[in-house]
Amino acid sequence: MRGIDVAIETGETVALLGPNGAGKSTTIDMLLGLQPPDAGSATLFGSHPQDAVASGRIGGMLQTGSLLRDLTVRELVTMMASLYPRPLDVDEVIGLTGIGEIAERMTQRLSGGETQRARFAIALVSNPDLLVLDEPTVAMDVESRRAFWATMREFAAEGRTVLFATHYLDEADEFADRVILMAHGRVVADGSPTEVKAMVGARRVRATLPEPDLEALATLPGVTHAEARGESVNLSCSDSDEAIRAFLARFPEARDIEISGADLEDAFLELTTGEGSR
Amino acid sequence: MNVAPYVRYELLRTFRNRRFVILAFGFPLVLYVLIAAPNRHRHDLASSGLSAPLYFMVGMLAFGTMNAMLSAGTRIAAERSTGWNRQLRITPLAPRLYFRTKVLTGYAMSAVTIALLYAAGSVLGVRLSAGNWLHMTLLILVALIPFAALGILLGHLLSADSIGPALGGTTALFAFLGGAWFPITGHGFLHAIAQLLPSYWLVQAAHVGVGGSGWGTEGWAILVAWAAGATILARRAYVRDTKKV
Repeated sequence: MRGIDVAIETGETVALLGPNGAGKSTTIDMLLGLQPPDAGSATLFGSHPQDAVASGRIGGMLQTGSLLRDLTVRELVTMMASLYPRPLDVDEVIGLTGIGEIAERMTQRLSGGETQRARFAIALVSNPDLLVLDEPTVAMDVESRRAFWATMREFAAEGRTVLFATHYLDEADEFADRVILMAHGRVVADGSPTEVKAMVGARRVRATLPEPDLEALATLPGVTHAEARGESVNLSCSDSDEAIRAFLARFPEARDIEISGADLEDAFLELTTGEGSR
Repeated sequence: MNVAPYVRYELLRTFRNRRFVILAFGFPLVLYVLIAAPNRHRHDLASSGLSAPLYFMVGMLAFGTMNAMLSAGTRIAAERSTGWNRQLRITPLAPRLYFRTKVLTGYAMSAVTIALLYAAGSVLGVRLSAGNWLHMTLLILVALIPFAALGILLGHLLSADSIGPALGGTTALFAFLGGAWFPITGHGFLHAIAQLLPSYWLVQAAHVGVGGSGWGTEGWAILVAWAAGATILARRAYVRDTKKV
């Protein structure tokens, strides 16, 4: 970590976005009191993270780990609920998180995605004011992912604060009202999803163009960054629709055109190399 | 906050782990029956004046309960390796309750071990006065306190891979030096070392069943020192143990 300075207000849904190794998990560990910062401090609800955790106002879902074995999912959720001062009703949480059909199954017999959903139920049953989730949808299939975010939306709508780490730009874009972009242990952007998307170049246009003129390419509308390797050009775009129209108008000889979602890792490298922090 | 479900499910899951239960309870029991049954008609073992089933039952009580207590370490190391330890750290679970639950589980395991060995002993003809049984059992339960703390300590220091051999070695060494297998007598170097170990006093507690007198001041002092030391170290190990394993 290279020093991050962020304040999150009650009721916000914040995405901590970054590639693997950006420092998201470390940030969450420090926030939850699992790891002390080398310098500076982390505070939750105005107190030390461990005190906030002890007060039962924090619900957390860590990135790694399986569940306690030799218990059914329902038993484990009940067990964990008993540690909190004002837990939600276990049956209600099982319904809310859609784990009814696996509730009577032993935790060691769950698939990766099912384990994640059970862990979400454990985080939720604590009835937290702040919910912290570290890459919650990893290992979930598309359907579980959708169900997960639907539950999250409901939960956040009750005025609770949600902080989640993800390396999917789409998730951050769709579910957060604020995105904190991290790379190499520092915050490189902090703003609304639209602002951050514009920064990282939400789309990428690839094409073959003889003798590309980088300067002309970089100044096309909707293009944030251009690079070329031989005849192959690569445009990072904040608005790919606008960019492709301008690109074709200006360079009708371009071929092999491909438009794809931004590769976050590349985008982060671009954002951070300028600062000499590689 | 009603923590009863936490304690209840922790106990329940320990006894649900079939392989663990069979090994933890079966091993001392089978070992006892294998050694004692062929010798069950020997009423004066090695001119000790004691019957073989009684003598071996008492030794196995010390060994079996020690094993049951230390096995908390195995379960803790396994929980840590799956990251569950970190999950617990982000709940309001107080270290005190965590420790109490682990110790309670260890005692539940020990109680079953004691009951099984008593039962096997009585089948093989062991008869003791109610007062003797009670005195012996109570002293054994007290002498197990250092082992409860040691189990938790080792569970938080060692990985799931290394704890098996480490605990096996520790238990064997404790049992051997404590005199669970054969008496440590005389006043030599080995005896002096043995008297500094909690297992020696655990074995002395079990020996109440064969006419021993329990502990004097020295025994109490050494057990209290081990219990206090291991508890402090276990607590420290637990508090520091927040990293991924």
